[in-house]
Amino acid sequence: MNSLMKHRLVWPVVTLVLLLAINATFNPQFLNLSWRDGHLYGSLIDILNRAAPLVLVSLGMTLVIATRGIDISVGAVVAISAALAAWMIGGTLVVNDGVATHVSRFPMPVAIAAALGVALVCGLWNGFLVAKVGMQPIIATLILMVAGRGIAQLVTNGQIITIYYAPYFFIGSGYLLGLPFSVFIVAAVYALVSLAMSRTALGLFIQSVGINPAAARVAGVKARSITVWVYAFCGVCAGVAGLLISSNVKSADGNNAGQLLELDAILAVTLGGTLLTGGRFSLAGSVIGALIIQTLTYAIYSLGVPPEVNLVVKAAVVFAVMLLQSAEFRASVRQLVQRPPVGGMSA
Amino acid sequence: MTTTTSPVLLELSGIDKQFFGVPVLKQAGLCLRAGEVHALMGQNGAGKSTLIKVLTGVYAADAGAMTLAGQPVGPGSPEQAQALGISTVYQEVNLCPNLSVAENIFAGRYPRLGAMGAWRIDWAGMNRRARELLGRLNLDIDVTRTLSSFPVAVQQMVAIARALSVESRVLILDEPTSSLDTGEVQQLFDVLRRLREEGLAILFVTHFLDQVYAISDRITVLRNGCLVGEYRVEDLGPKALISAMVGRELAEAASADAGQVPAQGGEPVLEARGLGQRGQLKPLDLTLRAGEVVGLGGLLGSGRTELARLLFGLATPDAGELRMRGKAVKLDSPADAVANGLALCPEDRKTDGIVAELSVRENIVLALQARTGLKRCLSAGQERALAEKYVKALGIKTADVDTPIGLLSGGNQQKALLARWLATGPSVLILDEPTRGIDVAAKQEIMDEILRLAQEGMAVLFISSEMAEVVRVSHRIAVLRDRAKVGELPAGSGEQAVYHLIAEETP
Repeated sequence: MNSLMKHRLVWPVVTLVLLLAINATFNPQFLNLSWRDGHLYGSLIDILNRAAPLVLVSLGMTLVIATRGIDISVGAVVAISAALAAWMIGGTLVVNDGVATHVSRFPMPVAIAAALGVALVCGLWNGFLVAKVGMQPIIATLILMVAGRGIAQLVTNGQIITIYYAPYFFIGSGYLLGLPFSVFIVAAVYALVSLAMSRTALGLFIQSVGINPAAARVAGVKARSITVWVYAFCGVCAGVAGLLISSNVKSADGNNAGQLLELDAILAVTLGGTLLTGGRFSLAGSVIGALIIQTLTYAIYSLGVPPEVNLVVKAAVVFAVMLLQSAEFRASVRQLVQRPPVGGMSA
Repeated sequence: MTTTTSPVLLELSGIDKQFFGVPVLKQAGLCLRAGEVHALMGQNGAGKSTLIKVLTGVYAADAGAMTLAGQPVGPGSPEQAQALGISTVYQEVNLCPNLSVAENIFAGRYPRLGAMGAWRIDWAGMNRRARELLGRLNLDIDVTRTLSSFPVAVQQMVAIARALSVESRVLILDEPTSSLDTGEVQQLFDVLRRLREEGLAILFVTHFLDQVYAISDRITVLRNGCLVGEYRVEDLGPKALISAMVGRELAEAASADAGQVPAQGGEPVLEARGLGQRGQLKPLDLTLRAGEVVGLGGLLGSGRTELARLLFGLATPDAGELRMRGKAVKLDSPADAVANGLALCPEDRKTDGIVAELSVRENIVLALQARTGLKRCLSAGQERALAEKYVKALGIKTADVDTPIGLLSGGNQQKALLARWLATGPSVLILDEPTRGIDVAAKQEIMDEILRLAQEGMAVLFISSEMAEVVRVSHRIAVLRDRAKVGELPAGSGEQAVYHLIAEETP
């Protein structure tokens, strides 16, 4: 039990369970799962589906943060990927001889590949600025954060592009084996990264670069290329998230797609127990962190918190969770409870 | 000189200081007179820094007395020492490069205007006083410009001005010249002479012997934490000073040790031909042979680390070439060097060596893993077996191989770093200060290990500030001075011979 309590994921899990319990208390239907239209249906499924883009972006962000970096351009990359995919697919309903068929501007695989390719280039650009040019990560990615929105709007011509090509909707709102398809995408990416961490030395290299870049370099680790590829991976994750979002809402909004997603992702990583100072990281923690954020958002809406204060409520909960996770804070609370301070410790 | 008649200003006597039961200072003492420049000399580990830290209130002495102008004092903190008029300028300029010169001088105690200083900072007054202070040091610069816009020498002056901005009676300079060029050193010395005339007692720590003779009135020598003696500079020539620092008995014992080592000198593994980098190292030749330990002799700043960095691809040479087993190689990064079978234990263990939060196991496998590449990953079992093998072989004291390396003692961290490189099976091992800051027993073990590795056919380049160690383990000693190679000495050469070569042509 004691060793379980010391496990690094215990506090994120406790937080998630607590939030689910609060939801269940105020909304008795919350935990119900039913089978409807050939798939599972319920609040939990909804949370999973809506959390998918955030989970993906958080996975990429986790690795970036592990190298002591940060990527605040992911929201913009989401917008670019969504805009490009939406524009390339577009879609019209053509009726030929009484048979309705969906036609896309480019074949769907080409559109998806192009969107992901551009997301990869965005990530490589960030990695280039950080590792080769030597910019501070927050500044390097700030460039794309600002410019990326412009690029996305250039693609969409400043309009919201609506997608009319039904097969594309499967990605973000289809179901497979009764579960949302997006869950399978997230699971596949998670499995891929976990495998890369356990079967290759990537985890060791990323951590050593994050903790002590100079020492990693002297030990022969190709620190720069590790950094470049970590940013590239983060970009691709954001690209996939862009596909999920545009497919789910059947449109692309260059200005608002993925808005503030970078901050939610950083928060998810932090909630999951990965320190912003780099080094040790937890992929599972980041997934739980993203689920915490989505569950909290769900709770705020379902509890009927007035929209004008919901950001304040969210902030307050996040603050409380952060305090709960801080070992120093817990220790000082324990000290306060156990014995009132009498002049502090003697030196 | 008037110093002989000057009254004693600051006296330390019978100072004892232990760290974790290891005595660092044993009955050490120091006597500073007003209006003199006093050099504090000793090898690394002689206790110079510890004595200075006792003097400036950083450490509390275990025993001993300190008097300032006849009054017993005992500064409990650097602030208290400063209040007593004891100011220190440290080796590295520790100022804020982004603040103005005046702000640096008065950082933490800006002059204020208004009742109780409530109104605002007196910028005009601060700048004026900063100009006055620098004027005292013969320096006329724009004090409102940021510190980083001035060369290091000027920054050093600003640090001194800061030290003098409180009413100082004693000024301590800990290796102030290590980042200065010859002209800048002269400029600094001019300032020190002025301050001496004003009646300050100046304590000067340096590794450069010529500078001792250029500026000092008296020399105090420490060895192994003990006071060897206080000398007037004209009574102690360079050779006598070195033997006072080194201790004759030690020198003889060391050369006997070196004689026991059979010189092998197999085929050349790594050859540097005219290798150099502008401003860092003058072109030099160096050959490392299989089964041979080559020691690098030289004082701090003589180019030892620069040479190691060039050999390992951490710096890019702009002259000469590097040959590995007769074939020319170009090393653009440490990764290239590792791929060629080179290994480097860097000088600064903390910043360039250990990955503190990772386990001993991960730290040990890091270089091997980097060499085998991303894809061919060692299994958890292989990692563990490898780490446990080296923990046992080198006697690394750790609870288990999963303990974060940062929790180990310095000596054990150093052994783990050695293990990291041994695991890669290198043909050339470069060790930059592998024995710095570790206890005597661990030093001994590391040196024994080095000799054993050489016997197994490894080519070793051994760099140490402690000449006794260089002399002990080396089959051949390459001597550096002022970033150039000045000669090579065969096995069995004593420390004196090395110092002789270093001291040659030095005024």
